[in-house]
Amino acid sequence: MSGSAPIIASTHPNDGLLRADRFPHILCPGCGIGTVIHCYVDAMAASGLALSDHACVSGIGCSGRAAGYVNVDSYHTTHGRALPFALGIAVYKPGMRVTVISGDGDLAAIGGNHLIHAARRNVDLTVICINNFNYGMTGGQAGPTSPRGSVASTAPEGVHDRPFVLPDLVRAAGASMVSRWTVLHVRQLRDAILRGMQKRGFCFIEALSPCPTNFGRANDLGDGMAEMEVYRERCELADGTPGYDALDIDLTDHTRPILVGDFLDIERTPYQPVGEHTA
Amino acid sequence: MTAQAAGQERVLTGTHFMLGDHACAEGALAAGLDFFGGYPITPSTEIAERLARRLPRVGGKFVQMEDELGSAVAIIGASAAGARSFTATSGPGFSLMMESIGLAAMMEIPIVIVDVQRASPSTGLPTMVGQSDALQARWGSHGDYGVAAYSPASPQECFDLTLLAFDVADRYRIPVLLMMDEVVAHMTERVVIPAADAIQRGQRPRPDHAPGATRHLPYAVGDTLVPPMAHAGEGYCVHMTGLTHDERGYPALNEATHNQLVNRLVDKVRLNAGEIERYEEYALEDAETVVVAFGCTSRSAREAVKRGRAAGRKCGLLRLVSLWPFPEARLRGLLERGRVQRFLVPEVNLGQMRREVERLTQLPVLRLNHAGGAMPTPEDILAVIP
Amino acid sequence: MSEGRREVRIGGFGGQGIVLAGTLLGKAASLYDGKEAVFTQSYGPEARGGASRADVIIDDEPVDYPYVTRPDVVAVLFQEAYLKFAGDLRPGGLLIIEPDLVTPESGVHALALPATRIADELGRRVVANVVLLGCLVRHAGLVSRDAAEQAIRETVKPATVDLNLEAFAAGFAHDAGAVSEAAG
Repeated sequence: MSGSAPIIASTHPNDGLLRADRFPHILCPGCGIGTVIHCYVDAMAASGLALSDHACVSGIGCSGRAAGYVNVDSYHTTHGRALPFALGIAVYKPGMRVTVISGDGDLAAIGGNHLIHAARRNVDLTVICINNFNYGMTGGQAGPTSPRGSVASTAPEGVHDRPFVLPDLVRAAGASMVSRWTVLHVRQLRDAILRGMQKRGFCFIEALSPCPTNFGRANDLGDGMAEMEVYRERCELADGTPGYDALDIDLTDHTRPILVGDFLDIERTPYQPVGEHTA
Repeated sequence: MTAQAAGQERVLTGTHFMLGDHACAEGALAAGLDFFGGYPITPSTEIAERLARRLPRVGGKFVQMEDELGSAVAIIGASAAGARSFTATSGPGFSLMMESIGLAAMMEIPIVIVDVQRASPSTGLPTMVGQSDALQARWGSHGDYGVAAYSPASPQECFDLTLLAFDVADRYRIPVLLMMDEVVAHMTERVVIPAADAIQRGQRPRPDHAPGATRHLPYAVGDTLVPPMAHAGEGYCVHMTGLTHDERGYPALNEATHNQLVNRLVDKVRLNAGEIERYEEYALEDAETVVVAFGCTSRSAREAVKRGRAAGRKCGLLRLVSLWPFPEARLRGLLERGRVQRFLVPEVNLGQMRREVERLTQLPVLRLNHAGGAMPTPEDILAVIP
Repeated sequence: MSEGRREVRIGGFGGQGIVLAGTLLGKAASLYDGKEAVFTQSYGPEARGGASRADVIIDDEPVDYPYVTRPDVVAVLFQEAYLKFAGDLRPGGLLIIEPDLVTPESGVHALALPATRIADELGRRVVANVVLLGCLVRHAGLVSRDAAEQAIRETVKPATVDLNLEAFAAGFAHDAGAVSEAAG
């Protein structure tokens, strides 16, 4: 990111929620992660809770850097381990609202076991999975959500593997709330995050995001704006709780809708091991 | 339940005939354990089972995790929020926890991990003894970092050293490893547990200013090399990362910061070794043969030395209570006296701690090794003492 | 080993309560008789099916090597345990057998204690292990009767203390004349 853009405002309403001294950030132009971070801090502000009641935990990858930009207790952990780290905080301090922001590779590949078990237990966490269909930070390798046929540096002839459809996976594993939006749907995304913060239990929000530098370029999706255009044209609000096939994504097949929406929001007893924190 | 009643239930003050694994669990409770995240694995499972019953009743949280990867990270997360937290495992699980030992060291979040060693590598002999994770405890995670590791030789020490492990972890903000072995874990002996108010608990260094008053720098250090620790939820808005970071906790991806940080992580332990290390001596005064042993093996070694002495052999025992830091200064002190002519290092591995002794002396270092499944008998050791 | 070191091995199959018998013996010595004791038992696959063991070492000094190698006392509650463990007995040591479940080779000297029958007479077969303990305490002389009874009171569920003390007393009192001549 070049630091030469003219300054058009000296403050931003979310300044207090962001670590301004960490800017400029490391994210590429057209990347959707910054949008997700904004939706998160907007939701935090709307939650009405003190900043000290929030914690943010990330894993590794571009999305894993999210925790580093928000001005709350924030932990940038090891690859795949954001969820168990967050569990430790949430279980020990049940009053805190712990949000995990991480990527598809981090949460669903190396951290996949933690994902299904955290959902199974219904741990009181809000999880924002920024799905950009590849490992962006390391140069665009295929990941567990890369659509079949998409090109990646480790799948030069196209991805053969069947991808995870994360909302379907997490719903089946036992979550209380499951949504999918894109970084185009900033209000819906913010609202879903806020509902997750207000709800007790495992709340999972998939945020589809462009990665123009890697996935977008390799798959002829154009720049970030062009991928946003794909979202605008093809996203449809799902009716009810769609399954795997309906939610499966093919960014190159222009006839297929990309289903978004709030797919699940039910009351399930949140995880809380017996024993009261007395310290 | 009144606070006093809760305290009484937490610390099982009195004299017990207790299993080593259970004594470890009781040591953790007495140390103020708040959070246990673990995955059952032989021969450590009795620790988890006892805590599953005991910990929730005294206000702590017991979580059975999905694997050891998650267990080790969950206790780091809980510790970041202020909990005294630990997990217990054995070789295969210990291997999976290595990445998190590095994370805890790098973030400087205190944790205690118990490894009840069994015969290894891989699945090995799950129910039988080993001492072959000794070097893994020191070097197992990638990179340079500092840890402490203690090796109990009795159920009483399983209690005492678990207590100590929490103190050292908190005081220096390091991972502390309790390197038990199957023999000690599955042995029942007398265990004396002191009164709750007689237990001294080491404290984490904590910020000396209120949140918000001045900016809290999570990794700013003074002379002790240990930065004060603010916990999640206290309002200090800390950032912690496994990346190389500056005193704000922010990523600082350059070699100068890295060199300074990693040296400090190692120096916290190296420069405080005198405080952290533990050893016990027996009949060393005029010893020409010094047996260096730890854990279950040190029990046979003591018996062998007693019998050797009775037979007129000038032998003594240096028992490693801490494997790491290795009691280097003490060993050098013995060498300076000039009486020692040789060392003997019996261990249930193929020579891991012997390397440490060899590193410090030109004298002959005799070996007595077994790959695992059985501990040496006193006769085995006596046969090697000249 | 220390001259005061005495090794005891109790062998049986799962459900016979040998672990409790061994624990009570060790606890009596260690907590109530001012001695040192180590208890170990079969573990893992070794403890499943077949003969499992409960080992106690009692000494006046701290016990270093924690395993039984040459027991001074072997008590066995079924045939496989007899075959597996009786041969380890130190010459002149004490062998106690459950005669309804163990048939020793001819010429072997053993105390025969029908622990199961005695327990049945008390109405609860599960206390055969404590009947055995009573016999062992009396004939091996390693711990005092008071210490053993204290260990029982402090270990078993409160509701079963009386039953277990009764079982212990029955084993302790079992007429020496009814058992065959002990070895040595």
